[in-house]
Amino acid sequence: MELAFYVAGAVAVLSTTLMLTRLQIVHALLYLIVSLLGVAVVFFLLGASFVAALEIIVYAGAIMVLFVFVVMMLNLGAPEAEMEKRWLTPGIWVSPVVLASILIIEVLYLVRGSAASLEAGGRVEPKQVGIALFGPYLIGVELASMLLLAGLVGAYHLGYRKADKREIRHDADTHERRAAIGGDLVLAGADRSARTP
Amino acid sequence: MAGILFSLGLTGLLVRRNLIYVLMSLEVMLNAAGLAFVVAGARWHQADGQVMFLFILAMAAAEVSVGLAMVLAIYHRFKSLDVDELSEMRG
Repeated sequence: MELAFYVAGAVAVLSTTLMLTRLQIVHALLYLIVSLLGVAVVFFLLGASFVAALEIIVYAGAIMVLFVFVVMMLNLGAPEAEMEKRWLTPGIWVSPVVLASILIIEVLYLVRGSAASLEAGGRVEPKQVGIALFGPYLIGVELASMLLLAGLVGAYHLGYRKADKREIRHDADTHERRAAIGGDLVLAGADRSARTP
Repeated sequence: MAGILFSLGLTGLLVRRNLIYVLMSLEVMLNAAGLAFVVAGARWHQADGQVMFLFILAMAAAEVSVGLAMVLAIYHRFKSLDVDELSEMRG
């Protein structure tokens, strides 16, 4: 029990340290995922299995997908091909696999073992968490929903301005093009936009 | 252990110059804070620690979505510069 806790904690700390020393972003993302899984195992050992599941789903699932998408969108280019050749060498993915397999073995050992050993930590049931969440912390839930809405709108706004700019750039904004598309109305619009600055 | 993770995230925040690494270090720090809450909740048999962890989770999700959108906007604005020098172009 104690040993499992220390092993999971050591895996988390070690993978976080390795994450900070990587040069490639994708390698760092791999180590960050392993670190989050290690922290999830620690939560499971502490008797907070609901929080452990949420950690894996939200952090290692959703947030990591966001990171991977952004890295994919940023890293397009010619040097990607030779980089990808280097990524396929086994030295890079061996150590995250080893760390993650340590965690898997540990979880299998814990699940196979008696559930009574898990009661040693202060086990807090998800039911208590739900009652506390929608009882005295109801205003916090509302505030969290407002925060998530603000995050959604903010991310949409930041992404939308970029798309808008690109669309303007791709549109051929010349008088000939506008005359080819439409008549006097379009030309009048072009004239007004040219006059305003 | 939460302290170790938090200090690792803080050093990462201070040392690395890439914006994505900075965001990842922020993730680690928020995770460490949530770990401290859950450990305290398990120590005193209270559900408040896990409730606080849920709030931290929601906040981290919102923060990361906005932060990554800002990274994309910054990268598209200063496209000529290297990705690894993203944080130096904000000056």
